[in-house]
Amino acid sequence: MNIDSIRNGIVIDHIEAGKGMDIYHFLRLDELDCSVAIIKNAASRKMGKKDIIKIDSALDIDLDALGYIDPDVSVNIIENGELVRKMHVELPEKITNIIKCNNPRCITSVEQEIPHIFKLTDRSRGVYRCIYCESVPKHKM
Amino acid sequence: MRSLIDIIDLTPEEIDGLINTAEDIIENPEKYNEKCRHKKLATLFFEPSTRTRLSFEAAMLELGGSVIGFSESSSSSAAKGESVSDTVRTVSCYADIIAMRHPKEGAPMIASMRSEVPIINAGDGGHNHPTQTLADLLTIKREKGRFDNLTIGFCGDLKFGRTVHSLISAMVRYENVKFVFISPQELKIPDYIKSEVLEPNKISFSETESLEEVMPELDILYMTRVQRERFFNEADYIRLKDSYVLTNEKLTPAKPDMCVLHPLPRVNEISVDVDDNPRACYFKQVRNGKYIRMALILKLLEIE
Repeated sequence: MNIDSIRNGIVIDHIEAGKGMDIYHFLRLDELDCSVAIIKNAASRKMGKKDIIKIDSALDIDLDALGYIDPDVSVNIIENGELVRKMHVELPEKITNIIKCNNPRCITSVEQEIPHIFKLTDRSRGVYRCIYCESVPKHKM
Repeated sequence: MRSLIDIIDLTPEEIDGLINTAEDIIENPEKYNEKCRHKKLATLFFEPSTRTRLSFEAAMLELGGSVIGFSESSSSSAAKGESVSDTVRTVSCYADIIAMRHPKEGAPMIASMRSEVPIINAGDGGHNHPTQTLADLLTIKREKGRFDNLTIGFCGDLKFGRTVHSLISAMVRYENVKFVFISPQELKIPDYIKSEVLEPNKISFSETESLEEVMPELDILYMTRVQRERFFNEADYIRLKDSYVLTNEKLTPAKPDMCVLHPLPRVNEISVDVDDNPRACYFKQVRNGKYIRMALILKLLEIE
């Protein structure tokens, strides 16, 4: 794969340096058959350095999940070698089954089939709370 | 169909409506004694709570309805491993409204997502207990005549006290309400209450370890239990436990119309001699709890 040119695929740009692999695993890109390139510590005028992921295939990206992991990334959709759409993600209002509630007193700790849903309660500080018990997850991912 | 899971599910206007109904019930009880005829309340208590369960049952009986349910999970199918969702879906085939207490936080919310009848959260672990807050609010309204321009002291365990957190969330919506938090360092009000509830609402508050110091400025004193198991060591507990015991002597500098509230049960944090002090309102609070639950049942069943 020539990482400079994708014919049909996705470029996830402006990833905070060091988070590229987290996103790679989180979006399960390791399960894809197509070529995937992770560029670490690329020079960036805006960020100093950044990570970039290039995926040589059109696929649906969970933008909410991406926004939760890194709200500053941009997603470029490439078709026939042309940039056809550039999307900026943001912290989603609600995330479902992206992270798990780790409060042992939460109902989700005993009833396995309940979806783990978190809502954004403080956008400026990026605080999410479990909709059931309102606790904050201990780890972001 | 409405449920009540968290006190902030109700707007201040809806709370006013419930209080008006409760006060009308107090004035004219006979008007209400057939309102829920042929209606059934199910009390699903997955952990024991005599006080709250009896309050709900008395409320429904005084409305002319009837009551079914269980008072501990060992006598329900939860003991066989049934999920909250399945229990509630089943019970909602039998009852018109459900009051539910569960040791796990968020269980009543799950129930409200699956139930075909209204769910009232009667306490979910250390999380929410909205009908206690409604009882507190009715008592404040009846004793003080208003929700605005009040200085409210919270004393004791402010870290784990769910009734404290819920009442704060309800009261920040009114004008010129000030809070005074009186607790040992170990049981201070959590930082997230300050950053997510008090500061966004620009609420004035202060923190102190001394109850005596702030007594004269309070309109309401909300006492809570300081529990031995909350302390890291016995020495701290022994050092602090008597600082947060209310006596008639400590009440001397208080305003004559100050009102002492407590969600009960108390252990020793309010001396028995305070019970006859005109400022003591905690048993009125218990009675008000029944009336506000009657008003809530009527509202959720959409009975005029």
